[in-house]
Amino acid sequence: MSMFRSSRFWSWIVLSLGILYFALPLIGTFEFSLRMKRGEYSFEAYRVILSDPRFQATFMYSVLMALLTIVMGVLLVVPTAYWVRLKLPRWRPVIEFITLLPLIIPAIVIVFGYIRMYNTSSIVPLTGTAFGTDILMVAGYTVLALPYMYRAVDTGLRTLDITTLTEAAESLGAGKITILAKIILPNVLVAILSGAFLTFAIVIGEFVFAALLNRPAFGPFMQLIGANRAYEPAALAVIAFSITWLCMGLMQLVTRLQKHTQVKQFR
Amino acid sequence: MSTITESAGATAPIPLKPRRSLAWLGILPFLLFALLFLILPTMNIVIGAFQNPAGELTFDNIHKLFQPSILASYWISIKISLASAFLGCLIGFAIAAAIVLGGLPNWVRSPIMTFSGVASNFAGVPLAFAFIATLGRLGLVTVLLRDWFGINLYAHGFNILSFWGLTLTYLFFQIPLMILIITPALDGLKREWREAAAILGANGFQYWTMVALPILWPALLGTFALLFANAFGAVATAYALTGSSLSIVPIVLFAQIRGDVLQDPHLGYALAFGMIVVTIIANTIYLWMRARSERWVKS
Repeated sequence: MSMFRSSRFWSWIVLSLGILYFALPLIGTFEFSLRMKRGEYSFEAYRVILSDPRFQATFMYSVLMALLTIVMGVLLVVPTAYWVRLKLPRWRPVIEFITLLPLIIPAIVIVFGYIRMYNTSSIVPLTGTAFGTDILMVAGYTVLALPYMYRAVDTGLRTLDITTLTEAAESLGAGKITILAKIILPNVLVAILSGAFLTFAIVIGEFVFAALLNRPAFGPFMQLIGANRAYEPAALAVIAFSITWLCMGLMQLVTRLQKHTQVKQFR
Repeated sequence: MSTITESAGATAPIPLKPRRSLAWLGILPFLLFALLFLILPTMNIVIGAFQNPAGELTFDNIHKLFQPSILASYWISIKISLASAFLGCLIGFAIAAAIVLGGLPNWVRSPIMTFSGVASNFAGVPLAFAFIATLGRLGLVTVLLRDWFGINLYAHGFNILSFWGLTLTYLFFQIPLMILIITPALDGLKREWREAAAILGANGFQYWTMVALPILWPALLGTFALLFANAFGAVATAYALTGSSLSIVPIVLFAQIRGDVLQDPHLGYALAFGMIVVTIIANTIYLWMRARSERWVKS
């Protein structure tokens, strides 16, 4: 019994130290972000940063990139995961391996490859125009999100009997596109949403792609502010952390909803 | 037992002999996308590492990687990745063990797992800001330590823009990642094993060294490799924290791509190729160890 008690004692010690390590930077950042006005705490740093036109422009740009990435990811991943499960089970290891590659190859190497492959003197000079570079940005972010998106959707499909659903729909005269849009998509919507929130959190503050492709995104803007200002970076960190929290919170909420509906279905 | 589950798995519908069908056309868009935006760009870099500016095959670029300044960047990158992976594993394990085995109340677990999910994704520029605001020269902890306890961190040689500063910052996403991965493995330790060991006369230390750790070590080593790769490829946090004052490989490569240094694009390809080699080794260890540890966790 005494041994049990001592182990619980040490557990609390470990946990408290852990909480201290994780809480201090968050408290420290918040406290620092309030120090802009001398001698008093204020939200001045937030006011300055939120009214900066570059903040608004880069933030909106990154939100747009994130949304386009989510759309692109869904269009690419849902039909593929569905088709592999339905018709090409032998291809599954190959596809899964490809979706894991972005976790293995560093992002900086991928973007370096883009710059080499799609530069102005290449056959497809995408980096020559802002629009072309934006295509590369969305493609690159879709690659970064691929591991999470594919896993989420594939797990979502596992709970469905897609063969039966497909046959039933076909016998009622539905084409493949109709099946995907009206049967598969609604059924994996929760999985898609959970992948989408994670994608959003990753893309919104992404730095390497945007900086090296030279696009006006939120990540490079934060870095620029960090290099030149004192208190605004802390305010930006608080904002960025809130966005990450919000995305993860929504993700958890959505997953819980899924469990709930599943229980209902089985009943 | 295992033969039954295996044969049950084998009864899953196996597609009949595939005739020459056009089914593969369905994944063509995906394959094309992966080829254009993932595989070919990476291959391009790898091939570039073995070419001279005239496009001929050469090992010169790889050879140039072994000059002292570049070796030094790889070495400091590897040291930071090792340090943050090792400490991340150790501390993450301690916290996960406290949650799973330490007799803490149940409500502790869920918020910690949720927070770990968030913090493991909170890398990048804002994380660097958070640590500057906390442990920088005017940061909260620096100031409090000085005013309350009379400890002047910076007089003792500490600097957030240094090796240990960067390692301490990386731990903020390394520890949560370890907690997320190792908690299920700790859940897999069966109570019966501990009881069986106790009945056979083993004390707590013997149970850990002779039963639990041998079962857990593939998971531990695998996660260590994953954390290593995670730190090795990180650019944004380091760049926002130290600028280019700490020349770890990703930052040298970043500067090279921007055209600031080296003046030799093909050396840049070799640098990137070296990064791929290191992360491939680390990830291979991870995947291999994960396959080994799943044997125990599943059955």
